Amino acid sequence: MSQHFPVLIVLLPLSAALLSPFFSYLHRQAGKWIAILSLVGAFLCSVGLLLQVVANGGEAIHYWMGDWMPPLGIEFVVDPINGVIVTMITFVALCSAIYSTPFLKKNNWLYMGGYYTLMALLCVGLSGMTLTGDAFNLYVYLEIASLSGYGLIALGGNKGTLAAFRYLLIGTIAASLYLLALGFMYSMTGSLNMADLSVLLQDKMDSPLIIMSIALLIAAFGIKAALFPFHGWQPDAYTYSHPGAAPLISGVMSKVPAYAMLRFFFYLFGAQHLFVQHGLTVVGILGALGIILGSVMAIAQDDFRRMLAYSSVAQIGYIGVGLAIGSFYGLIGAVLHIINHAFMKGSLFMVIGGVRYRFGEVSISKLGQIGKKMPFTVFTLVVAALAMIGIPPTGGFFSKWYIMLGAMQTEQYIYVAVLVISSLLNAIYFFRVLENVFINPDPGLKELNPPTGKLELPLQMLIPIVVFGIAILALGFCNEMIVDGIIKLGLPEVFVR
Amino acid sequence: MTITDIRPFLAVGVSLLAAFLIMFSGKKPNVREFWSVAAAFIKAALIFSMVPAVLAGNVFEYTLFQVTDTIGFTLRTDAAGMVFACVSSFLYIPVSFYAIGYMRGHHEKEQTGFYAAFAVCLSAAIGIALSANLLTFFIFYELLTVATWPLVFHERNEEARFSGRKYLIYTLVSGQLMLAGIVAIYVMAGTLDFQAGGFLTADMAPTWVLQLLFFLMVLGGAVKAGVMPLHGWLPSAMVAPTPVSALLHAVAVVKAGAFCVLRLIGFVFGPALLAEIGAATVLAWFAAFTIIAASLIAMKQDNLKRRLAFSTVGQLSYVVLGAALLAPLSILGAYYHIVAHALMKITLFMCAGAIIVTAHKDNISDMHGIGKKMPITMACYTIASLGIAGMPFVIGFISKWNLGLGALQVGQPLYIAILIASALLSLSYLMPVTYLAFFKPNEKGEFKTYGEANKFMLIPICVTAALSVILGIMPNFGPHLYDLASMAAQSITQGWIGGGW
Repeated sequence: MSQHFPVLIVLLPLSAALLSPFFSYLHRQAGKWIAILSLVGAFLCSVGLLLQVVANGGEAIHYWMGDWMPPLGIEFVVDPINGVIVTMITFVALCSAIYSTPFLKKNNWLYMGGYYTLMALLCVGLSGMTLTGDAFNLYVYLEIASLSGYGLIALGGNKGTLAAFRYLLIGTIAASLYLLALGFMYSMTGSLNMADLSVLLQDKMDSPLIIMSIALLIAAFGIKAALFPFHGWQPDAYTYSHPGAAPLISGVMSKVPAYAMLRFFFYLFGAQHLFVQHGLTVVGILGALGIILGSVMAIAQDDFRRMLAYSSVAQIGYIGVGLAIGSFYGLIGAVLHIINHAFMKGSLFMVIGGVRYRFGEVSISKLGQIGKKMPFTVFTLVVAALAMIGIPPTGGFFSKWYIMLGAMQTEQYIYVAVLVISSLLNAIYFFRVLENVFINPDPGLKELNPPTGKLELPLQMLIPIVVFGIAILALGFCNEMIVDGIIKLGLPEVFVR
Repeated sequence: MTITDIRPFLAVGVSLLAAFLIMFSGKKPNVREFWSVAAAFIKAALIFSMVPAVLAGNVFEYTLFQVTDTIGFTLRTDAAGMVFACVSSFLYIPVSFYAIGYMRGHHEKEQTGFYAAFAVCLSAAIGIALSANLLTFFIFYELLTVATWPLVFHERNEEARFSGRKYLIYTLVSGQLMLAGIVAIYVMAGTLDFQAGGFLTADMAPTWVLQLLFFLMVLGGAVKAGVMPLHGWLPSAMVAPTPVSALLHAVAVVKAGAFCVLRLIGFVFGPALLAEIGAATVLAWFAAFTIIAASLIAMKQDNLKRRLAFSTVGQLSYVVLGAALLAPLSILGAYYHIVAHALMKITLFMCAGAIIVTAHKDNISDMHGIGKKMPITMACYTIASLGIAGMPFVIGFISKWNLGLGALQVGQPLYIAILIASALLSLSYLMPVTYLAFFKPNEKGEFKTYGEANKFMLIPICVTAALSVILGIMPNFGPHLYDLASMAAQSITQGWIGGGW
């Protein structure tokens, strides 16, 4: 059983996704339960998988689909880094699935079934992208994730449909670019298996096709990760997506392509090659620009969700900068930030989703004294905001600490300056939110869904919100365990000293 | 010898726990205030229980967990940290009583948030005092920044909002620069553990880099300590309720800034290195300028709390000056001035608050004859004022005397002139209040009847005023703070004979 964990992570939600509409037809709630149960299963499998890898001392676990040997067969390769990322994906997906139930209470069976199909499929796509050891298989999962992402964004209403359409156009281009790069590599090596590719490509790294592939990969994953300047689709998509799915979309959907980029550049090509280094420098410059411009744009927003969307552009920049630094600590920072940001951004979208659920309000200026009515939600808001700024001891501080340490060690002082400025810009817009929450008078919002019992929100929403808030603190206090116990085991061999 | 003991963390944790309990008992004021007072007593008891062992030369140390892959989350009770920890944990007791009297007497809103943030501030202050390395220090330092913010915007009007912003801009900017400095120091030295006499050496980097780093780091402390021209936030923060001002200006925030400068000079850079790269001299100039300029500005203020705020700006620069002079006795004076100023300024602020609550007067020009109404309060005010000016037999004299001797030790007698000038100036802005209160007739006849402040406020005022006098006569009374300060100074300057006698 336990040797099948890698495939179960993908298989369980996939089956649930297919069954969900059917069960919904039988009973309105059944489809939902199938999906949530499958995500619980996927989460448990990923935890078990992570424990296995760590117990192995970081040695990668290979899973051959149907026992077909690579390079012909498709394999899943699990090392500590993607193990921890896939755990994060399934956990966020599970929490979002539970969190979104109150939003759907008035919808009919078809909507319910469809929604959970998309939700489970998104989880399938993202986990598959993370786990797969086959470059073409990654494309398949990329498309699964994208298509279900389009659907969930479109469910957010009329504006959501438009945003989804825009994202569909741009996202398809990204997928095609990836396919093109893959074609180049396949034409040179005749293989699609990543481990195989990495061996076969080593003596061809100067060929124009590879240089072209590097550029295409940056563009493809850049678009998918909403790296500046490829982020045009992202603010609308995040703002208008379905409020229940927003935590998953904003927290995780853009992180996995960033991880894929890490995998291609550091594991497949190897960062010692000149052109890979050039490519990483480009990613770093784009990341740094994104950090500054994303933050400045975020300051200008009044819609909380839009502000968060622009802040995501900045936060993806951190990951880009971490990759570009390309040292031991730079990579640790980048991976840690992938995890931290999923929780920070996910929790903030959950918070504003909760406010929207109860009051139908999303603009920052109307949040005055909301802490009186929703104390637990505001607790998470405060913790997440401090984490986004990078105030210790929240998780956000430590990813910044490692990235800064990496930059300082490799004497790339410009990145240090960017990080300092970025923290201050983050402070401007997050402290503005807190200022509005704590100082502004109560605007007298109308209760759309008044609380039934003593709790400020339905329990299905409140628990994920509080869990995420605590998780952000826990990620800060336990960062050493994650870094020493997990991430360091999985770093590319060049860095293991 | 080093004793592994979790007590330092308990001392930090007790008021954090209290903050949570306070948040959950917002509807029952008496329970809420009980948590606050109980935390104060337990915290002080924990800290004071460690004093005898520290005096005997032991150090309590505990690493709760690894905060990053190489750095521990460690607290250590060295003599330097104990001075600050003793002062802040002890003064937490009178302030928490005083806060009850003030907040209830003044019918303040949002009291729950106030008490919770207050408790977190005290936790952060103890954490700052006892941190064993720069990263732990920085964590508590940022926590203090964030926890003080709700106290500054407590009034929730436009002025408070503006002050809060100003406060955040000053402290966050300097905090982030300090973080960059910490990372650079870590990369250079490979460690962040505080070490008496400093762990940086001249061969680690070119001189200009070390100088730059010194200013980057000291900026973080100087902003909180209100060294001019970085003091702008401090008078604005006066919109906060008076117990906050007392806490801000006497115990937690500004003292944390001054303590930060002392830590950096004594335990990171070290006097030997600083004498070599010459960076501390510049800091001393800034401090000396601040001492005089702040006194001059204070003379012009009519609002009593604002006048006291500028007095704080000046007095804290004594600490900074003492540290920057790099002499054994001046460092001793600096540590002891943390104690001295805390006691005197907390008395002054509590007096100002008592006047606001009892007589509803903010401005000095309205206080003619108020001494007849509140004689005890004004008597305490007078004692503390004399102490600020450096009158013998009040605690302020002890620290100033050592600061002056330190200036002689390094052969810079000019700084003594500054100390004397400042003493005269502080007399000239603090004493007129006493004069007006006791000797000017009150034309409006408001203060004819005797109406002392509420006992919750009056007793803390008397206690701190009495302690200022007792410690002025017997500087080692109680927890031997003078010995602790001189232990700290000796450990820092040990083996370094630059500009000695």
